[in-house]
Amino acid sequence: MRRMGAPATYSGLSQPELVRRACEGDRDAFYSLVRPCERAIYVAAISIVNNAADAEEVAQEAVLKAFKHLAGFRAEAKFSTWLIQITINEARLRLRKDRRHLYESLDEPQTGEEGEYSPRDFADWREIPSEALKRGELRNALKQAIASLPPRYREVLILRDIQNLSTEETAEILGISQGNVKTRLLRARLQMRDALAPGIDGNWSSGKPEYKKVRPW
Amino acid sequence: MSVIEISCLEVWREISNYVDQDVAPELRARMEAHFKSCAHCKAVLDGTRNVVKLVADGVEYELPAGFSQRLYGKIKEK
Repeated sequence: MRRMGAPATYSGLSQPELVRRACEGDRDAFYSLVRPCERAIYVAAISIVNNAADAEEVAQEAVLKAFKHLAGFRAEAKFSTWLIQITINEARLRLRKDRRHLYESLDEPQTGEEGEYSPRDFADWREIPSEALKRGELRNALKQAIASLPPRYREVLILRDIQNLSTEETAEILGISQGNVKTRLLRARLQMRDALAPGIDGNWSSGKPEYKKVRPW
Repeated sequence: MSVIEISCLEVWREISNYVDQDVAPELRARMEAHFKSCAHCKAVLDGTRNVVKLVADGVEYELPAGFSQRLYGKIKEK
């Protein structure tokens, strides 16, 4: 499939120069800016829409929107942060359009962020069994656990723990405070632990004598 | 050095920041002391660390095949 040819390469050019050219309508220069962020925007989109096909469409729409509004990009900003931000907004827009009521009920719970969270149990989980990871069982369990998180926790977990973005950058992208990022990340990680640790029950660590000790019931 | 005791509830509230090494030294010392004496909280700490490690290592969101070409196509077509 080469109907539009391969992208011209601009490997030697700085971000401001690429932005300048893209603003003048050079689409290959624009793609050079987007290319290093492809995975980041796809993952950001999937963190919200939760499926591959929608995530790809959202990423495409976000990139086109970014091209259209490139003049509004501040030269001192990081292009990837800006593009991820647009992608997240686009993904939310899509979700609201598709499943308005469901999303709202998940996204805006009555309780807010403040309620205390207690771990569901205290299953011992000292080691990660590498065989289980290799067999793919754990990978599937992980993906399911991430998919089942409330969207506002899932977004933060994916940006912080998969994309390895800083608390500051995550806050900027999501338009929330750094304190909020930390609180949501705490919830996300503890819920993931709740979802995954009991699964270890039978298979992973029940053979250990100390297991019963920390889990008396 | 004796440290002021901390409750399990307070530990859970800070456990994710602790894993990220984002707690003040004084609180860190109190939490460390707590983990030595509380098997439950130690289990939660280990589990939280495992989650962070697993999520970083084990979750791949591969780009669908042809993603880049289709994206480039969209950029060029409009």
